[in-house]
Amino acid sequence: MLKLEARPQPSKLMSLASPLIALALTVVVAALLFALLGKNPLVGLGAFFVEPLRGTRQLTEVALKATPLILCALGLAVCYRSNVWNIGAEGQFLLGAITAGGLALWVTTSDIHASRWVWTPLILIAGVLGGMAWAAIVALLRDRFNASEILVSLMLVYVAQQLVNYLVFVPWKDPMGFNFPQTKTFDASTWLETLVPRSRLHIGFAITLALVGVFWAFLFRSWRGYQLQVGGLAPAAARYAGFSARGALWTSMMISGGMAGLAGAMEAAGPLRQLTPHISTGYGFTAIIVCFVGRLHPVGIVFSGLLLSMFLIGGELGQSRLGLPNALTGVFQGLLLFLLLACDTLINYRVRWQATRHVAVAPPAAAVTTEATP
Amino acid sequence: MNEIALLIAATLASGTALALAGLGLLLNEKAGVLNLGAEGMMLVGALAGFGAAYGTGNDWAAFAAGAAAGMVMAAVFGLLVIWLNTNQYATGLALTLFGGGLSAFIGVNFAGKTLGDRGTSGIPGLADVPFIGPALFRQHPMTYIAIALMFALAWFLYRSRAGLVVRGVGESPESAHALGYRVRWIRLGAVMAGGALCGIAGAYLSVVRAPLWVEGVTAGSGWIALALTTFATWRPARVLLGAYLFGGVTMLQFYLQGEGVEIASQLLAMLPYLSTIVVLALISRNPTWIRINMPASLGRPFHPGS
Repeated sequence: MLKLEARPQPSKLMSLASPLIALALTVVVAALLFALLGKNPLVGLGAFFVEPLRGTRQLTEVALKATPLILCALGLAVCYRSNVWNIGAEGQFLLGAITAGGLALWVTTSDIHASRWVWTPLILIAGVLGGMAWAAIVALLRDRFNASEILVSLMLVYVAQQLVNYLVFVPWKDPMGFNFPQTKTFDASTWLETLVPRSRLHIGFAITLALVGVFWAFLFRSWRGYQLQVGGLAPAAARYAGFSARGALWTSMMISGGMAGLAGAMEAAGPLRQLTPHISTGYGFTAIIVCFVGRLHPVGIVFSGLLLSMFLIGGELGQSRLGLPNALTGVFQGLLLFLLLACDTLINYRVRWQATRHVAVAPPAAAVTTEATP
Repeated sequence: MNEIALLIAATLASGTALALAGLGLLLNEKAGVLNLGAEGMMLVGALAGFGAAYGTGNDWAAFAAGAAAGMVMAAVFGLLVIWLNTNQYATGLALTLFGGGLSAFIGVNFAGKTLGDRGTSGIPGLADVPFIGPALFRQHPMTYIAIALMFALAWFLYRSRAGLVVRGVGESPESAHALGYRVRWIRLGAVMAGGALCGIAGAYLSVVRAPLWVEGVTAGSGWIALALTTFATWRPARVLLGAYLFGGVTMLQFYLQGEGVEIASQLLAMLPYLSTIVVLALISRNPTWIRINMPASLGRPFHPGS
């Protein structure tokens, strides 16, 4: 029978191969699903994996949608490496969109005129602060009241969504908007500069790529980043070394809240240019998958962000070309994460064919500690 | 007076879904497994239940379908976390994301479809008693089943031998293993039972409460149910009480709107989530108390032989 046998140490190769195996399995399941739905699997898979890469316009759309995913996932990687379970990036994203959108609306209605190079930094900072404020509630309740950051951050997503709804339905509603729940279109001076002419891709993507380098340096070349990761992998060792667990909580929550808020600001001032109830299409949740598929590593996150962005676009194409519900994207996303987690078993274990005689299998201590923190 | 009776009735009806899911998750957690996939299991249960009710017109078929769907989802989760030792948080999240996607994907076929009104006949004799009748005795049978389930679960956990074993597995899987109990299978059983109850809770929401199909019909109930177990410090009776408390808060927003209170409906809709956060913070404030009551191995993987 097949047996799982503990490896002497976690396999580096498998750690990199696991997302690829998971992706391959997802493709196989997807092909089966298309066949089951009576669609040509090749056409279906093409919509997800080929069409989004065809031509400059499509490529810029992939990069555009990858931007919020990568930003949110960068922050979440710091959280998860510190063993802080912030799953409410979606709410922090919405708050960033609200604060940035609020500033942009104020600029639109006020008489102050300034260039784009004045407003863009201010709007992005407003977004960062908004996201941080929302994450601060989570950190405060965890710190002072010992309340689970998982549940609090998630509950705040629903609160943030209702706050967006309230703002666009009541105080910020465009009086000339035919009663649609949306704000005025922001003044052109608040829009993000486009990166590629005749596309929606904005400078936010360039900022995001620069931040990938910053996060790499922070996680792997800074003392603070090292402290956070020790706290995540071995809390007892971190305590013994005098690394503050409270400090790690606050640092990682502020960073991830700020990143999600920045993503929200870029979405509001980038492609949307106004606020509606549908600012986010679940970017904050998809970013969790991006984070894991990217191995909690800044560079890996860029690739997984682009991949999951292709999923999003593939879902839209599947809807328009094949008449499949857009929600198919969600099925594939969940499936990918499931399969990834299953494949990750191969990092610490190898599969062995074994006669039925019983052999006690003891995983090494190193394997156990890495299990506790993905 | 009559309005109060209706508010009480609505509170019971609205709390029932939370009670069913919360009791299921309690059983899960007593065995030491934390399933963050509650929301996903509820959504898939809601979809399966709605489909069954739409096809057969029978509520019980709907609950059975919901239970089966929730159980299948829970089995996948159980296989991953119990045998492959995947991270419980991440796997639970995957279950929620997958369940959300799957229910939205298949649910497209039911978009906008409605079921007939569930006639609640009430308990003969008692339903006509003034005030008490409309408040307590004109409920869907599932309301009473949820209450009975609380007693059954309390009896099972604290009075039966099997319940003792489940609690033992949750407190110290190593000791239970040393005594010869099959920790993994017991955990899988608890997880699947929890999944079945979450599925029934979902079906109750889409079939009895709604009764129409809307994407994301559970609106975070699964997460509130997860908070409930902490809120109840892992006691069945307190789970039920907490469920009615949050059910009451949910109904309060509609009541306030009906009374013409000058607060925007979007702000009132925040109430259930805000109150969950506040209550969770208040209950968790004392770390010692939580540590004493929480199943000791909650969220920790178990490797037999280590």
